[in-house]
Amino acid sequence: MEKAQIFELIKKEVLTEWRQRYAINGMLLYLISTIFVCYMSFNLKAGVIDNITWNALFWIIILFTSVNTVAKSFIQESQGRQLYFYSIASPEAIILSKVIYNTTLSVLLALLGFVFYGLVMSGGVWNIEGMDYGYFLLAIILGSMGFASCLTMVSAIASKAQNSTSLMAILSFPVIIPLILVVIKLSKNAMDGLDRASSTDEIITLLAINTITLAVSYILFPYLWRS
Amino acid sequence: MKKNWWKILAVALLIFTIIAGLLSDVPRLAILNETIRNQHFHVTMWFGMIILLTGSLVYAVKHLRTGNIDFDDKSVELANAGILFGVLGLLTGMLWAKYAWGEWWSGDPKQNAAAICMLIYFAYLVLRNSMEDEQQRGRVSGVYNVFAYAAMIPLLFILPRMTDSLHPGNGGNPGFNFYDLDSKLRMVFYPAVIGWTLLGVWLSELRLRTKRITRALEDN
Repeated sequence: MEKAQIFELIKKEVLTEWRQRYAINGMLLYLISTIFVCYMSFNLKAGVIDNITWNALFWIIILFTSVNTVAKSFIQESQGRQLYFYSIASPEAIILSKVIYNTTLSVLLALLGFVFYGLVMSGGVWNIEGMDYGYFLLAIILGSMGFASCLTMVSAIASKAQNSTSLMAILSFPVIIPLILVVIKLSKNAMDGLDRASSTDEIITLLAINTITLAVSYILFPYLWRS
Repeated sequence: MKKNWWKILAVALLIFTIIAGLLSDVPRLAILNETIRNQHFHVTMWFGMIILLTGSLVYAVKHLRTGNIDFDDKSVELANAGILFGVLGLLTGMLWAKYAWGEWWSGDPKQNAAAICMLIYFAYLVLRNSMEDEQQRGRVSGVYNVFAYAAMIPLLFILPRMTDSLHPGNGGNPGFNFYDLDSKLRMVFYPAVIGWTLLGVWLSELRLRTKRITRALEDN
């Protein structure tokens, strides 16, 4: 019953996204323009940035893209439509479907971002000796999952208040810092080609943080939805 | 008088903390020396903050379950007192770090975690102020309170332990557990934690009472 609801809601998200393609195209362009701004500002032709800066900059770009992608899930939905969903679906199904959909979207955008970022900002990343691409991809997937699930809940909170766009940033950034610290460490380990066993701690912490956010969102969303 | 025994206890404990904390003998340790007395004034702030913020969390959950606006008032006032303790903890820590580490801000993991924790609760206050309707404000900020507290746990308790910290007791620096034989510090430390926490509860209770009075006046 709940599974069917979640499936239908995800289908509806994909369909609305597909019908108004400007949103997803806008997100893509946002990502690419941001990367290009960084590329031009660092003036990579002249000098090469070191691995630490490369990595941190990549995650900041991904964070900002995720904030903008996820923000629309609740904030840009009209009151009337929210009321309609409220009457036909259970709150748990709504939050889970939104989290799943946003996670997929964020992971896809982050992967695209990685390809394009690596292409223009090739501060050595494609020629690093012994870089562990598998674990870097794992970091991207786990990191964007965490961003998406945390930001979905924050966007639900922020949509209830006025001036929600700036609230979205101030509410979510401090909450996301532990996540981004761990994910930066994990991807740095992968860039340095460290032994995989040395990253186990980071992966477990990431999974734990993701589980906490998901569980808390699942429990709290019904209370938020009621208002 | 029966209701006020804990206020008297708070005053007595704090007087004891100030006198014993400044005058009693302390163990001689490298680097720390006399500044170890800051334990009774700085470390206790964090203990007090965590206890007050946990209280705020408990009342936020109660408010979510019942919808009673009084629980929401309690929750926000406890959070206010917790924020005050957090800011004082940062300031006392910075003053101490200037002499122990040589810098006001050394980028220590615990220092950063404390600053981020303050950012979270400032965001909580901004969120509250951006809503007019009382019921909605209580519910939405209650949800954020629980959410932020859950996000704070990895921040305060797990992450600093994954890296080395400059703080006493971490990374080979002398600290609390290095002199288990010497229980003199504990004799002052635990009463100090209770005293400061009671003071925080007292502060939030005063603000809660003025709030109740304003509400009663508005209703008439």
